[in-house]
Formats: sequence, C-alpha cells, structure tokens
Amino acid sequence: MAPINRRHIFTAVLLAVVAGCLALAPAAMADFFTPEDGGSPNADRIDTLYKIVFAVGVVVFIGVEGTLLYTLIKFRARKGAVAAQIHGNTRLEIGWTVGAALILVVLATVTFIALPGIRDPENSSAEASALVQPVSAHGEKRVPPDGKALNIEVTGQQYVWRYTYPDGDDNPLNNPYSYEEMVVPVGATVTLDIRAIDVAHAWWIPELGGKMDAIPGYTNYTWFKATKPGVYRGQCAELCGRNHANMIAQVRAVPPAEYQQYIERLSNDIAAANAAAAESRRKLDADPQATP
Amino acid sequence: MAADTATTPTLAPVPQITAHEVTRERTGLVDWLTTTDHKKIGILYLVTTFAFFLIGGVEALMMRLQLGTAENTLLDPSTFNALFTMHGTTMIFLFVVPIMAGFGNYFVPLMIGARDMAFPRLNALSYWLLLSGGVVFYASLFFSPPEAGWTMYTPLSNETFSEGGGVDAWIFLVHLTGLSSLVGAINFYVTIANMRAPGMGWGRLPLFVWTILVYAILLILALPVIAGAVTLLLTDRHFGTHFYDPTEGGSPLLWQHLFWFFGHPEVYIMVLPGFGIISEVLPVFARKPIFGYKAIAASSVVIAFLGLLVWAHHMFTTPSPTVVLVFFMMSSFLIGIPTGIKIFNWIATLWRGTIEFKTPLIFAIGFLSQFTIGGITGIIVAIFPVDWQLHDTYFVVAHFHYTLMGGAVFAIFAGLYYWFPKITGRMMSETLGKWSFALMYIGFNLTFLIQHTIGMDGMPRRVYEYPDVGNLVLYNRISTVGAFILGLGILLTVINVLRSVKRGPVAGPDPWKANTLEWFSTSPPPANNFDVVPRVRSVEPMKDIRRQIAHATGSGTPEAPPAPESLVRG
Repeated sequence: MAPINRRHIFTAVLLAVVAGCLALAPAAMADFFTPEDGGSPNADRIDTLYKIVFAVGVVVFIGVEGTLLYTLIKFRARKGAVAAQIHGNTRLEIGWTVGAALILVVLATVTFIALPGIRDPENSSAEASALVQPVSAHGEKRVPPDGKALNIEVTGQQYVWRYTYPDGDDNPLNNPYSYEEMVVPVGATVTLDIRAIDVAHAWWIPELGGKMDAIPGYTNYTWFKATKPGVYRGQCAELCGRNHANMIAQVRAVPPAEYQQYIERLSNDIAAANAAAAESRRKLDADPQATP
Repeated sequence: MAADTATTPTLAPVPQITAHEVTRERTGLVDWLTTTDHKKIGILYLVTTFAFFLIGGVEALMMRLQLGTAENTLLDPSTFNALFTMHGTTMIFLFVVPIMAGFGNYFVPLMIGARDMAFPRLNALSYWLLLSGGVVFYASLFFSPPEAGWTMYTPLSNETFSEGGGVDAWIFLVHLTGLSSLVGAINFYVTIANMRAPGMGWGRLPLFVWTILVYAILLILALPVIAGAVTLLLTDRHFGTHFYDPTEGGSPLLWQHLFWFFGHPEVYIMVLPGFGIISEVLPVFARKPIFGYKAIAASSVVIAFLGLLVWAHHMFTTPSPTVVLVFFMMSSFLIGIPTGIKIFNWIATLWRGTIEFKTPLIFAIGFLSQFTIGGITGIIVAIFPVDWQLHDTYFVVAHFHYTLMGGAVFAIFAGLYYWFPKITGRMMSETLGKWSFALMYIGFNLTFLIQHTIGMDGMPRRVYEYPDVGNLVLYNRISTVGAFILGLGILLTVINVLRSVKRGPVAGPDPWKANTLEWFSTSPPPANNFDVVPRVRSVEPMKDIRRQIAHATGSGTPEAPPAPESLVRG
C-alpha cells in the first residue's frame, strides 16, 4: 500500500502547487484562462469562441481525468481482489465513438456561427465615418458591408514594421508612412494588406485580434476596429532571424480629429524631408565637392 | 489465416547441420561495431537516442535559464536561436522517432516469436546511418549551428539569410536519419508481415507491434516528401535554383506545405509507438485483458490515415482560402475521435482490474492524464479562428509538449521501466523510479501548464527575451523552476539505470507475469531468442502458457510463476 499513499502525497503536492500559482496571480486572473481581448470586436469574438470551447474542454477534462482517478483508487490491487476478465463491449465502444463525434459536431457548429463575425470586417462607427474610403474586395480580401474602410498596408522586414496610410489618390508612392507605431482613428474599421519583403513575419496585436503571416510574394488580409483610445502592443510572431524578439509593433488608437492631424504632420514631415533631399541633390549636381 | 493452419514447427524434426568452420564469437567493441543481432542493435539505438535526449534536455534547460527573467542577457540571440533549433531537431530526429525504432528493434522480433529482423545487415545500416546523421548535425557546433528553427522556414533558411553550413548540416541530418528510418521501416514491415509465430494472425498481433507496423507505413509515406523538400532547399542554397525564392517566382509556402506534409505524420510517427507501449503496460499491471483490442488496433490505422490529411493546420495564419482552413479544421477534429477511443479503451482496461502501482504503470498513468490535456488543447488549436490568437505562441509550445513530452516521453519511460528487466536481466529500483516519476510529473506540469497562459498573454515562441509586462516574469520563472525539477526527475532515472544494470536484483524471465512472447525467453534473451517457438492461440500467449503449465503440473493457481526455461530447454 505504500506506493498508493505516496501517490496521494504527490497529488496533494501538485494541487498545492497549482493553488499556489493561482493565488500568486490575482491581478491577471481575468485573462489567466483566456486570450487577450478588449481592443477590437474580432478579438472579443475570438475570446468568446475560446471560452465556449474551453468550457467544453474543461467538462471533457474533468470527465476523463475524474474517471481515471476514480478507477485508480477504486480498483487498486487489494488482498482477495480478482480482476474481471473483460475483453470489450461493442455497445460501449459505439457509444463513446458517437459521443466524441457529437462533441466535435457541436464545436464545429459553434465555430461556423462565430466565424463570420471574426473573419469579416464590420462597418465603421459614425464618429469615424469621414475617414474611411471605398475599398474593393478581391480574392480573400474582405470589406465591410458598406464597402468603406481605412486600408493600411503593413510591410514586414527584418526587424521593423512599415505602415503605409491611404491618401485618396491612386499613386502609392506619395503616401504617408510610419514605422513601428501605427496610428488609427478610434471607431474606424481598418483593413490591413500584410506583406513582407525579405523573410516571413507575422502581424499580431493580441488585443486587436488574431495574427496573420506576412510572407514574401503573398498578400495576407485581416482587420480590426479599435473601440477605445489607447496603445495596443504586439510583436512579430513568426521567427524572422536573430532579432525576432525585438520586432515590436504597436497600434495607437486616437480620436478621429487627432488622426487627421497626425497624417497631416506625417505628410508635411515627409514632404519637408523630400524637399531637403532634393535641395542637397541639386547642390551636389551643381558642385560635386560641396558638403550637402 | 494461413498461419493458423500451418504445421507447428515444434513438431518438425531438427535439421542436421554439418559445421565446416566455427568462427570465434566476437566480443567487446568489435562485437558492438559489427553486430547484426537485433537486440544489440536495439541497445545501441536506445543508448544513443537517450544520450541525444539528455543533450536536447540540456539545451532546453539553457533556454529556460535565459527566459527565467525579463530582458535577460545570459545568452545572445544567435545562441538562443541555435539552441531551440537544435533542441527541436534533436528531440524529434535523434530521440523520439529513433528510440521507438530502438524499442521496435529489440522487441518486435521477440514479441512475434522471430529469431531476428528480416534483414539483419540492413538493420545495422539503419543504426549507423542514424548515428552519422547525429554526428553530422552536431558537428555544426564547431562552425555555425543552424538558427532557423527545426521547421527551417524559407526564405529565412535560404543562403541569403542563413549563411554558413548550419542549415546544410540540418539538411544532411534529415537525409541520413530519413534514410535510416526508411530502411528500418521496410525492415519492420517485412519482419512483421512474414515472421510471426505459428498461430499469430493479425488479430493476435501484440498492440505494440501493431503500432510499429503503422509507424513503419507512415515513415515510408512521409519521409520521401521531406527528402525531396530538403533537396530542393539544398539546391536553392548552393546551385542557383529558386524553388522557394519569392524574388524569382519561387514560393515560400511550397516549403511549408511540403514540410508539414511530412511534419504532421511525423507527430503520429512519434506518438503511435508510445500508444503501443501503453497498450502493453496497462493490461499487465491491471491483470486484465486489454479492453477493445480491435478498436485500439484499428484506431491506430485510422489515426495514420487521417494524420496524412491534417498538415495545413500548422498553416492557419498563412494566406489561405477559408475552404482550406475549414477542411483542415474538420480533418483535425476527426483525428480526435480515434485518439479519444484509445483513451477510453485504456481507462476501461484499468476499470475493474486489480491495479498494481509499479513504476511502468505509474508512468503509463502519467501519460494518460497528460496526453488527455494535450488532446483537448489540440482540439482548441484546431479551431482556426481561435488558432489565429494561439498560433506561434507559448500556448502551442505547451500543447505539443503535452503530447510529445507528457505523452510520448512518459510512454518511453513506461517502456523503459517495463522492458529494462528483459534487456538487462535485472530489475530497476522501484523507489528511485517512483521518485523519478514524482519529480518528472510535478516538474513537467509546472513547466508547461503555465505556458498556456504565457502564450495567451501575448508571448510568441522562439523569442530570446521578453519585456517585463504583466505577470510574464512570474509565469516564466515558474516554468523555469519546473524545467529544472523535471530535469532532476530524469536524472534520477539515469542514475537508476546505471545502478541497476550491474547491481539490480536478478529479474528472471518474466518478472511482471506479462502477456506477450518476449517474456517467454530468458532475460536477457540468447542470441537466437527462442530455441522453440510456441504456438500462439490468443493475444496473450504467456497467459496461456502459464495456464497450461499450471494445468500440466497441477500446481496452484493459473497465475503461478511460469517456468519457461524448462519449456525452452525441454
């Protein structure tokens, strides 16, 4: 019997350790068992879907592990106990096969119900309606029902993210752009075209929804709608080289008016830098020995 | 069942052989280097792969040390990237897959009543190819170890982004170990198909042998794909081709598809023989026949088939149409059914048994309880919208360690404790074994349970440092402490093995009163395994033999200790 007593001690120690971990982490309890959420509707819906699946998982876990534990205690070898020589039971086999299949049918159904809300962009809120422009859907690119969104190009390269904002014209070369931090208006549906120019990266801001890979030669799409102002942090999620850990990304959600000012300043800064570069080029053309 | 109607060889006259020359039996090092005995090759496999397991474990501990605190500067990024690349590659190509071949080598012929593998020299070649694969790979430590992860995603693994020979060493490792496994798989298949004891139809094949058969088939189907894929990578790197180069019309996604077309079956290649070990251990220590033999054997075959159809669930975040994502979600769901069936059957095997808590059984229970968690999180990550959050985070790291470490490795330890007496003729210490289990169980769960939360809090995998935000430091420190407890537990088993090899109590032929034919031979078995191969009449031939002896001698209960030696010599 000694080994069984020892097993009880193991179980008690394990429970104590788990309880200790839980007690040490009261601040993060809300997100202890679930993914990040709260920044964008799609992240919230993934969180909800996760909670449903997790609940089913917990029931299965308790059922299986509970039966296992009960069996181990109830049917441990004792004096005089004789093992039942059972070879199987077809009805039971069919029963649990069908049971497992039914659980999966339920999970699949829930997923299909939740999928459109997560995958398909929704309309922008009224406050940001002035900032969104018509965007066309093609291939896997999805747009909100009203066809309008703020479409930002996200380009990954070792080890920085580049964001190209729309400026209303068809020339992509004169658009305002920024690195590392993306600024978006609160309430606007932002659709992202995700690309990479060297190796594979993955765009991921946990509170704003799921990640999407940026793979050279391909364009990947996702969306988010920041529901409240704030800074949402994330980082590259696909191994991209030595400084993969430092390839951070963040999204700053600001009121629509502030967004307009930001874009104006960005455009002016870029125009000023271009003008300065043109000036030094002109000087160098005139006098190659000049210091620019 | 032709085998059932064949005449029993035990009744056939012993052929007379005239010896023209008697070669001296080789001993010592020369014997180990030239052996074609499946048992010695099996031991070579087991010792070599276990050594690689310890190396891979040290790599893991170094990573956990680096992640023990935020913004740690203990290791530089290139060392850290090399560590996780070598850890993954070692554990998969040099430990879990080949150690299953080690157990298979030693026990498949014994369990089916054969005297060796079908092709003994090919068998030796398998082992030496494996060892050269390991040596070639680890030689890269002396120039530039690979840093692109065990998945070697292009373009990162292209010449432009991964200079030096590390990736090439990895490619040659895949070729050498792949060839080793392919040759070994063919050997297993031929042996199992042709060399079973009289009376051992497919319905009486031990469940471990069933899983080795399925393992062999999966290897034969999956390995040529990765061999082709890495050859294209090699020509991309050195001979100017552009199969995976997006700037010249190649496709990085092609690599991912080819890699995972091999990589996912590889997961089942690693875990199926573990399932087999569990199916052997549970009935022995519950003193009950396996529950649902046919269901367990059939579910292995179904898992293998479905395992070939789930590869793109590793690619849910790549640019893919929804219909593709849905297909791979559903196929991954489906594979949960045969896996669930196995778990239910195993618990039903314990149900109403008389469970003896010997170390092999305790490890098998560790497997059951942990693999269940890995299975449940597997369903969670199969749901692709949820996987968009969890993919490439520590949640996934936790998930696959629950299946591979908590699952396959605990099964390997169950197999080690179960079969050690047969291999060495000596028992291992139960006390040390149970302490080893306790530390491994606590350490493992401490390390990996918290990693689910680390991942959901936004920490991607394969990062050498992380910022001090939220509770990340606390969680990572728990994980690091757990890893060292786990390491200590493994160390206890190593000590147990080293002590017991020379000084353990003598085991005798059948210390566990087990069910399968390997226990019919002496411990360790002689070079020819069996002088006489008994006729097999059920899935549990040893139980039949014990009953037969009890009946013939009229001595005590049918569970009385058998005397196979007298039967063999007689």
